[in-house]
Amino acid sequence: MHLAYPAVLAALLFCVGLYGVLARRNAILVLMSVELMLNAVNLNLVAFDVWLRDTLHSGQALTLFTIAIAAAEIGIGLAIVLAVYRNRGTSDIDRLRDTAETDEAEGNESPGKTKKAEATT
Amino acid sequence: MLHAAPSLVASAAGDHPGFLSPSGVEIAFLLVGLATLGAAVITVTTRQLVHAALWLVVALGGLAVEYLLLTAEFIAWVQVLIYVGSIVVLLLFGLMLTRAPIGRSPDADSGNRWVALGVALASAAALVWVVVDAFRTTWIDLDGPAQGSTRVTGAFLFRNWVLPFEALSVLLLAALVGAIVLSRKRDTETGTGTGKNTGTGKDTGTDVGTTSRTGPSGAPGKGEKR
Repeated sequence: MHLAYPAVLAALLFCVGLYGVLARRNAILVLMSVELMLNAVNLNLVAFDVWLRDTLHSGQALTLFTIAIAAAEIGIGLAIVLAVYRNRGTSDIDRLRDTAETDEAEGNESPGKTKKAEATT
Repeated sequence: MLHAAPSLVASAAGDHPGFLSPSGVEIAFLLVGLATLGAAVITVTTRQLVHAALWLVVALGGLAVEYLLLTAEFIAWVQVLIYVGSIVVLLLFGLMLTRAPIGRSPDADSGNRWVALGVALASAAALVWVVVDAFRTTWIDLDGPAQGSTRVTGAFLFRNWVLPFEALSVLLLAALVGAIVLSRKRDTETGTGTGKNTGTGKDTGTDVGTTSRTGPSGAPGKGEKR
């Protein structure tokens, strides 16, 4: 098999995940996109490990470690999202603007949003 | 790369097959890859949040099939077990606990989705160009014994990679404790107050009873329990 097939598939999956991270508004959908990016990297690791025929099989070992770290990451991430949802009443990323530096012109609408978010606490 | 070079270079220079005469494994890889990519695109573009999680199952299962085609069997089954079995279920639980709307939600995408689309397309073009230019003539030899069977995986994992494996168990324990600490309700009822009191009492008791070296190790324990 050509190495170009898995490499190109991994690159495209990574870019799909990148689009999801940048464009999604719900925090859990952002976590799903992060999972897609991690899987793209895993596919790269496995393909290059099979290509190089490494005696230590470092690519596959690193893939297993990445899967375990992804499981830990999704647990912590969901705990944080649930804590934010419990405190703010929303899990939309672009409403969590308490520490944002806003201009005076933009300040007309963003305090309303933060007030609404604080009112639900 | 260089130590594996002679056979690869010979095959690349000599009789390396072109892209126009793909083998059966390549055709299967291409079809499953198209399905995986389509499912991933639907995952990041659909407006129904639960459907996004279910399309993520399709994408991750397709990647498991790709691992099987690359003769990494153990990783394929680990992918099915952990990703499809636990992570997607966790994501579905998260969607339910944050009261995600069941139907179409009009504000699933933020306002900068066109900028995100531009960034993603630019990076996709750059990455695909570089990757194709670099690995156009490289050939994976999939013949011979499987390189990722359970026997081989057990051998290299517990012979060469034992120490990272054990360190990973510590990391998983830390993630478990962290998730519990983050998701506990705090300073609400008296139940947690009494629990805190007994916890600190126990900790101070052990601090007094044992040597003073356990003092600093007991302090973050108290901080986590709160």
